[in-house]
Amino acid sequence: MAITKDEIINSLTEVKPNILFETNEHRDELTIIINKKDILELCKFLKEDIELEFKLLEDIAGVDWARRKNRFSVIYHLFSLRHNFRISVKTDVDECDCSIDSISSVFKVANWQEREVYDMFGISFNNHPDLRRMYMPEEFEYYPLRKEFPLMGIPGSNPIPKK
Amino acid sequence: MDTFNKEEFHPKIIEALLKAENGLTIEDSLENEMILNMGPQHPATHGVLRLVLRLDGETIVACVPELGYLHRGYEKMAENMSYIEFIPHTDRLDYIAPMCNNVAYCLAVEKLAGITAPPRAQYIRMMVAELSRIASHLVAMGSLAMDVGALTVFLWTLREREKILDIWDLICGARFTNSFVRIGGVANDAYPEVIAKVKWFIGQFDENLDECERLLNTNRIFIQRLEGIGTISKELALDIGMTGPNLRATGVEFDLRRNSPYLFYNEIDFKIPTYTEGDCLARYFIRIDECRESAKIVKQVVDKMPQGEIRLNQPKKVLPEKREIYTKMEELIHDFMIIDSGINPPEGEIYSAVENPKGELGFYLVSKGDGQPWRCKIRSPSFNNLQAIPHLVKGYMISDVVAIVGSIDPIMGEADK
Repeated sequence: MAITKDEIINSLTEVKPNILFETNEHRDELTIIINKKDILELCKFLKEDIELEFKLLEDIAGVDWARRKNRFSVIYHLFSLRHNFRISVKTDVDECDCSIDSISSVFKVANWQEREVYDMFGISFNNHPDLRRMYMPEEFEYYPLRKEFPLMGIPGSNPIPKK
Repeated sequence: MDTFNKEEFHPKIIEALLKAENGLTIEDSLENEMILNMGPQHPATHGVLRLVLRLDGETIVACVPELGYLHRGYEKMAENMSYIEFIPHTDRLDYIAPMCNNVAYCLAVEKLAGITAPPRAQYIRMMVAELSRIASHLVAMGSLAMDVGALTVFLWTLREREKILDIWDLICGARFTNSFVRIGGVANDAYPEVIAKVKWFIGQFDENLDECERLLNTNRIFIQRLEGIGTISKELALDIGMTGPNLRATGVEFDLRRNSPYLFYNEIDFKIPTYTEGDCLARYFIRIDECRESAKIVKQVVDKMPQGEIRLNQPKKVLPEKREIYTKMEELIHDFMIIDSGINPPEGEIYSAVENPKGELGFYLVSKGDGQPWRCKIRSPSFNNLQAIPHLVKGYMISDVVAIVGSIDPIMGEADK
């Protein structure tokens, strides 16, 4: 039961006409680019639509574009077990309003994946149940995967615990 | 394990623990409950996993895993080195099965650069990937048995694993951290002595696996420690992002080798074992079955392996062979250019995933046309599998935590990146 890219795009425009999106294709992979305010609605649609059933959220990745106007991107990779089809959803986050809605109410797996993005890029997720740092200690002030963070680290930023 | 001492815990961890059941404050919980710290230096946590457990008597009420004790910042390092330089670092992700990670990373870079390795190289990749799947599952089985008290099996499974390490020694000169796969091919050809050794190994493997299995399947203590412990439903497992054997033990038939075939898995005949119980015992059985299936795959791969090149002839993307570098001018120039400025894949971003022994290992690569990736995101299976631990351990005894963590088979090297 293979589904084509056009079918996905058509059903999205039919069922959710209020979501404005663009598509991009690279190496046979479909990417849907949307505004960040629609992310929760779109993920809910992709997961719960009986035609699509994108039930596995594979990954959430953040990207820092350094000098671009919308500095960060958050990319969601979804997989449909029914159609064996992978789709990416991409949305931009600006540095001055560095937050996006959490989708952990739709996908439980997003909980840790969003924590990781928060830890590495400092993008905060609204309505996240437990937004702590994933890898770095809680006292750490910097966001390591931002491009301005030096590879060697910042001396003294991560002190060794006493005793 | 230590008993609770307020200064040792970060307040946010305590908050997360208490949030699992509402209406309790920290003072309440200490009257009849206890907070116990397990790890990071605990032999049964398979590395440096730290679990903060909230106990009522001996029953677990809530659990908060703490990661990051092995965080080495591989994603940051990948941004600062060329694509080829990062291959040895992928060995250190899932260090029990390094070959699989090499294959996953090289497939991702090849997809980004738009090249495909020649058929013989792909068959060799399949052979080493399946062998490392067997090697990984043998460790998982042995250490699970050791965690619940059956020590002998660990020695027997490691004896089998030793033979696989010998094969790797023959094929690439390293027993561990192999760095065998290259972008656009593999480092060395599978010479006849390698093939002979692989055939010998597969010939005797089933019998030896039966031996290990007999030791466990008739062991009543082992069965009773695992049966019905740490159950998870199909829907929750998928929702929580479990992949690999842990997901298939709940009854979801999801295997990327079948669902989105890479290499030549669509030409190979193999079954995907599934169980429906979703408990620790099912997770143990599924690893044994997968070992058998992998042995079958290796057998077919060795029989079907075509002759031909092991490296793609594309001088701008693929490193030439060493002996040609020393004798030919063109190859020397290309080698210098690739090492110095990188393979410069065209601008774009891709996500490529393969089925690793632990689950789905994916690489999300962003290229800006430079020699170094702009972003390299690693989707590690252990990280997502570990997220299920709070759901799995809830309501079970503290001694079951050891069995549950063992049956999930996390590798902290890839969970912490």
